Amino acid sequence: MPQSAEKVLDHAPLFREPEYRQMLAEKKLNFECPHPDQVVTDQREFTKTWEYREKNLAREALVVNPAKACQPLGAVFAAAGFERTMSFVHGSQGCVAYYRSHLSRHFKEPASAVSSSMTEDAAVFGGLKNMVDGLANTYKLYDPKMIAVSTTCMAEVIGDDLHSFIENARDEGSVPRDFDVPFAHTPAFVGSHVDGYDGTVKGILEHFWKGKERTQAGGTINIIPGFDGFCVGNNRELKRLLDVMDVSYTFIQDASDQFDTPSDGEYRMYDGGTKIEDVKKALNAEATLSLQHYNTRKTLEYCEEVGQATASFHYPLGVQATDELLMKVSAISGKEIPETIRLERGRLVDAMADSQSWLHGKKYAIYGDPDFVYAMARFVMETGGEPTHCLATNGTSAWEAELKQLLASSPFGKEAQVWAGKDLWAMRSLLFTEPVDLLIGNSHGKYLERDTGTPLIRLMFPIFDRHHHHRFALMGYQGGLRVLTTILDKIFDKLDRETSETGVTDYSYDLTR
Amino acid sequence: MSLEYENDGALHAKLIEEVLSQYPDKAAKRRKKHLSVARSGDEAGEVVSECDVKSNIKSIPGVMTIRGCAYAGSKGVVWGPVKDMVHISHGPVGCGQYSWSQRRNYYVGTTGINTFGTMQFTSDFQEKDIVFGGDKKLEQIIDEIEELFPLNKGMSVQSECPIGLIGDDTEAVSRNKAKEHEKTIVPVRCEGFRGVSQSLGHHIANDAIRDWVFEKKDVEFEAGPFDVNVIGDYNIGGDAWASRILLEEMGLRVVGNWSGDATLAEIERAPKAKLNLIHCYRSMNYICRHMEEKYGIDWMEYNFFGPSQTEASLRKIAKHFGPEIEDKAEAVIAKYRPLVDAVIAKYRPRLEGRTVMLYVGGLRPRHVVTAYEDLGMVIVGTGYEFGHNDDYQRTGHYVKKGTLIYDDVTGYELEKFIEGIRPDLVGSGIKEKYPVQKMGIPFRQMHSWDYSGPYHGYDGFAIFARDMDLAINNPVWDLYDAPWKKKTEPSAAIAAE
Repeated sequence: MPQSAEKVLDHAPLFREPEYRQMLAEKKLNFECPHPDQVVTDQREFTKTWEYREKNLAREALVVNPAKACQPLGAVFAAAGFERTMSFVHGSQGCVAYYRSHLSRHFKEPASAVSSSMTEDAAVFGGLKNMVDGLANTYKLYDPKMIAVSTTCMAEVIGDDLHSFIENARDEGSVPRDFDVPFAHTPAFVGSHVDGYDGTVKGILEHFWKGKERTQAGGTINIIPGFDGFCVGNNRELKRLLDVMDVSYTFIQDASDQFDTPSDGEYRMYDGGTKIEDVKKALNAEATLSLQHYNTRKTLEYCEEVGQATASFHYPLGVQATDELLMKVSAISGKEIPETIRLERGRLVDAMADSQSWLHGKKYAIYGDPDFVYAMARFVMETGGEPTHCLATNGTSAWEAELKQLLASSPFGKEAQVWAGKDLWAMRSLLFTEPVDLLIGNSHGKYLERDTGTPLIRLMFPIFDRHHHHRFALMGYQGGLRVLTTILDKIFDKLDRETSETGVTDYSYDLTR
Repeated sequence: MSLEYENDGALHAKLIEEVLSQYPDKAAKRRKKHLSVARSGDEAGEVVSECDVKSNIKSIPGVMTIRGCAYAGSKGVVWGPVKDMVHISHGPVGCGQYSWSQRRNYYVGTTGINTFGTMQFTSDFQEKDIVFGGDKKLEQIIDEIEELFPLNKGMSVQSECPIGLIGDDTEAVSRNKAKEHEKTIVPVRCEGFRGVSQSLGHHIANDAIRDWVFEKKDVEFEAGPFDVNVIGDYNIGGDAWASRILLEEMGLRVVGNWSGDATLAEIERAPKAKLNLIHCYRSMNYICRHMEEKYGIDWMEYNFFGPSQTEASLRKIAKHFGPEIEDKAEAVIAKYRPLVDAVIAKYRPRLEGRTVMLYVGGLRPRHVVTAYEDLGMVIVGTGYEFGHNDDYQRTGHYVKKGTLIYDDVTGYELEKFIEGIRPDLVGSGIKEKYPVQKMGIPFRQMHSWDYSGPYHGYDGFAIFARDMDLAINNPVWDLYDAPWKKKTEPSAAIAAE
């Protein structure tokens, strides 16, 4: 009997016990009707070949293990970055259960959102009644300051009109006349979660800015971070830098407190976020900066329309990307970049110099959201690494062109390939046929690590199987240190593992590296 | 080992009244029918409580229901675990992405080669697919799966919301392609807007087995006298394996396990078994009833949570097969007795009298009750996300008088109930986990076993007991108050002023 009270065996060791191994072997033999082992082995080997890769990359319809989610997830994340804002997703209710679970599994935090719970009758007659009743219930039960409405694909397919539905709900007294209910149509069959983020932030800005007079406040800056699983660490780090620079700024959408509430006995359904008053005032900012270009294309267009200067970045991470962000902020605000920040920069460069021999020439595969992949490729090249495969399932042709330009600018990007619109099953073929030293991505990459043996570094949303990484910044010089250390740890751990066999490989098991 | 206790029904009635007072009138009227306090049953001498609530009806918009959808019930629960088939999430990318690898249906196989459980196959619908229809795309997807994953034993097409709205004919595509490739291809009409919860998805998925798998092939199989199917065990964290080992030890032959670690072959041959043993009644009773009507196979509910129920179930199952199996069942019970005694001796003193609130899907809100009681713990409240009337009827056998009962509970209600009762442990899902822990109350996920498990059978009970202990008796709960701050009662989580 394998189990004991003294030392309780978990699933991992329990099912390796002889009783269970035998049971499972017999199950397979007698009841599963499996393919012969040789057939399985042959097919597995075949999937490692160039021939399979070509078939795999030629796929036109099937998507396997994509690295993207759908628009409303971005909408729910975006809404979580505003003061006491409840997400109200109009459509089927199961979707909302999924968004909440997905965000909770990554942040290890509560994630609140409500659904209008449309069912078959609403599919036929439209979801107006669901909107009217739903807004009334949400307003009464959850005491929000704002309800941000977005849509599931069901509501989009039947063509529900959010604007008129919300006006109807006001007429029926679901929420007070002047209560803020911004909205965005977020069809799941267009774009990805980064577009849902874009649409929602734009919807909120339009709601508060439309028809308002803009009186420019010189030197003030709005910052839009974009969909970021590391918002907790990143937003706080950027605010610290901006405070050190004494810049007048407003974060538009800031979920750093919402997804990092303390445990002290009180459950805070709402915490932090951009204040409604600050959103209103942000109309007057001289400029709006986006930290993730591909998350904010429509929003920035709108900011330009109202007369603001705009600039966008690609997840400013590493040395030069952070330099550019700070210099831009300095140029707009008229504030000098203080000496303390220059010293921080120097410390990151110092660390990179100390470790350069371990990083130079390392090959990477990088996947994730478009701005992140751009940022990582750039930082990897700063360390002397080579971003061999750069993949974004939600990358556009514009992204591909922009990234190729970056890669062409450095000798370390010469061999790099850019894969827009491809998925992680395609990445599997790439890793088998053109292997790399390290894979940078999210938790879904663990299956690639298992199959191809490429060590995975988790730096991208979602991270389900490691805890608390998102609490630490990746952006800025401090964030660069974190990324650098994470990569180095992976390299050293692997080297130690490979050289640890006593009397066989441990001559290289060096104490100092 | 049944504990004798009664819960504070008066407090619970007051809590119900309080939460209802916060709703708009219309919503309060509707929610009232879903909340109750268990009463003593009418039948004299029987320890049965009555859990008289309305269930399996539409959730109210805007209240933060915890429920999911029909797709979650079909792809996520019933079909997804069938390991040697490819399950296509047919529609936009999200549904498949969020449900990817989240139910922990353990299986053995070479993923991507001969098994596909922890993969996400999606048709990733784009606007043009909505406008022009997705049938052509589905055909191409099936062809591409055949080319790239040739060892698949079949496919299922799990329809997402848009499919039913744009009038695609996934049945015709499946039928034609099945013929062309000589494979089982099962279209499942589990669009998320159908029904009121996951539950209809289970039913639709069961019907799809009946209509698209049974009697489609000649099944070569020599049936034996002790052949059983395990139905409704999804092998979460290995549950089905910890169950199978007991059934085999008592001399039965488990010829199919639905659907954790299952192969298509195990589903196809099910009608040849002698008895269907059903664990998750809610999600798979439909197909058991069908097999009873069509093939004359008896079915029996059983419960492998905790030693009391496991023992009772082993005896009940054995009785069906007669003295030979009954003797072996007794031997199994005797063999594991020392383990049970040791587990209880170790953990019961650490858990005795601790109170538990549950809110889970369609089975566990009743099925795990006795497992807690085996450890001396007390169930003060329970409810189902998507239970039906017959589930609440069955619940009466498990809960004590005064227990708070909540059907399709809303985020607001659950939080207020937990605040009002302040149990020592809450068992629910990922969405509930972090709010509860913020309040300083220990929590275990009772869908995924909080990444632990198995919890079924004797081997699972040891893990269950250890997990409840480590949740409740971790020192972190005592660190919540900063020592320089005067201790205050936790304030209301939602400022509902």
